[in-house]
Amino acid sequence: MNEPLLQVKNLCTSFNVDSGEVRAVNGISFNLDKGKVLGIVGESGSGKSVTAYSIMRILVEPGRITGGQILFNGEDIVKYSEKQMRQFRGKRVSIIFQDPMTSLNPVYTIGNQLREAILLHTDRNREQANARAMEMLQLVGVNEPEKRLKQYPHELSGGMRQRVMIAMALACEPDILIADEPTTALDVTIQAQILELMQSLQKKMGMAIIMITHDLGVIADMCDEIIVMYAGRICERGTADEIFYNPRHEYTKGLLRSIPRLETGHARLIPIAGSPVDLTNMPKGCAFASRCDNCMKICLSEQPEELDINDFHKASCWMNVKQVYDEAAAEKEAESK
Amino acid sequence: MLKYTVKRVLLAVVTVFIISAITFFAMNAIPGGPFAKEKAPDPAVQAALEARFNLDKPVHQQFFIYLRNLLHGDFGVSLKTGRDISQIISEKFAVSAKLGGMAALWAVVLGLILGSVAALCRNRWPDRLIIFLTTLFVSVPSFILATILLLVFALTLKWVGVFDANNPNYVLPVISLMLYPMSYITRLTKSSMLDVLGQDYIRTARAKGVRDSLVIFKHALRNALIPVITYVGPMVAYILTGSMVVETVFTIGGLGTEFVRSINNQDYPLIMATTIFLAVLMVIATLLSDLVYKLVDPRITFD
Repeated sequence: MNEPLLQVKNLCTSFNVDSGEVRAVNGISFNLDKGKVLGIVGESGSGKSVTAYSIMRILVEPGRITGGQILFNGEDIVKYSEKQMRQFRGKRVSIIFQDPMTSLNPVYTIGNQLREAILLHTDRNREQANARAMEMLQLVGVNEPEKRLKQYPHELSGGMRQRVMIAMALACEPDILIADEPTTALDVTIQAQILELMQSLQKKMGMAIIMITHDLGVIADMCDEIIVMYAGRICERGTADEIFYNPRHEYTKGLLRSIPRLETGHARLIPIAGSPVDLTNMPKGCAFASRCDNCMKICLSEQPEELDINDFHKASCWMNVKQVYDEAAAEKEAESK
Repeated sequence: MLKYTVKRVLLAVVTVFIISAITFFAMNAIPGGPFAKEKAPDPAVQAALEARFNLDKPVHQQFFIYLRNLLHGDFGVSLKTGRDISQIISEKFAVSAKLGGMAALWAVVLGLILGSVAALCRNRWPDRLIIFLTTLFVSVPSFILATILLLVFALTLKWVGVFDANNPNYVLPVISLMLYPMSYITRLTKSSMLDVLGQDYIRTARAKGVRDSLVIFKHALRNALIPVITYVGPMVAYILTGSMVVETVFTIGGLGTEFVRSINNQDYPLIMATTIFLAVLMVIATLLSDLVYKLVDPRITFD
């Protein structure tokens, strides 16, 4: 089997603040194969975005990677120099951000900002870069691209700006596109358009995508694999089908209960009680234990190991261990009868 | 843009008119006059002088006479020396403008650089050093700074002469004139730079692979300029019209000295001329800085 395009191994990222060390990402590992779509789901503060910024190494002070490896084509980019990093960002891995309203520089034209990325990473001259910028705008479905190039960000709508961000991110044909909640700040109708656009671009250009969201619905039919994060750790991972129809972590189950569904009619949504854990003071056991309805004694004292549910599904929840024991006990009982 | 400019120019004329009216009536309300001396002159001479310069007429009439002359480009003559006022102003302004122009330029350039450096090295020693020095320069009055500079560089180190009427050395006066605005700009730049560096588009630029220096000077600085421009406009007008303190300490005859002297002498036409000159410069500077906003930030509209 081929080596995965991106391997994240035991990544830890912390922010040193006055009140202590905030362990935003706490030893996560995952692989991303060429051309695949990986979804990362979790609530605010679960470490999704920090994972993305760690891969790009664009963490701001006082955040830093404190451990682990990020292997891109087998090379550890955590060890890259700042100069190597500059050639990596935007060229091999690109990112689009949550809020297109503030992610473009207000004082430069769309054309200027698009060309900047192209000129940095390719041998094109100014004219060719301009042509490429126009081509990209067409590709992401921006009308009148020639006119848009001369416009400033404030003259465009939010959806248009996100399209421009996507055009900018893909202009140098990166191997991986990281989308950090790309639709959160947009209207629902625009959200659907942007997601559709990303899917069609992925088919056309064949890049891998890491799709970060707190909205499970957004990634349901887009992702090859989904990772559920909680408090800087991965609590469950698997194919979209497995996660949606066979959730095996109490947190994932809670997330799914909080999504409105047509078939359940007007039944009340069930929120997950409590609030996220304090990352400066992580509990000894499972981070979700204090909010979990089925919390057991062991959950408070020991962290659950990641367990294979089947070939496409892993989860870190003591409930699964309990289930194995219960099943074994039931079997024994049946045998003894 | 053109419509806006025309509107602003018309408003500027009104502003200058109001300033000159206030000045005219205020200075006439002060007791005494240009010809009031300790040793009273012959009443006949006094009356003749007052009649010659229309000082015997009611104040509002004097004001209209003054305005009429002004519209003909006639600033009148100094009541103290009898010299033509437009000549005095152009001569003194040449000195002050040279001094002030250099000081303003250095203040802006150094202020922007130091402010950016302080923002980038936030909470490390360069930042602390810059903030310490700029706080010092903002708080110490210019006559003390100027005197210390003169003491250290002219008298102790003897790097420059104290005074040379034929070949005046502008280094120390420029420095003492520059330190305050430079420090102010540094602090403005730092705070607005810190604000800008936390913006999403800076993260976008870094994620594109743009080198740090370019992120600062292309993406951040231009956005951080707005508050600086607001300050720089009027500052340039002030600094160009000269500082009495600095001119006095370094014995440079500039417009600032002339301004203060005219008030002491109650030299009415000279007070009016220097005030109007400063007002006009100020209005132009403000208008220019407002127009520069538009160049820096395309989001700003004038309608």
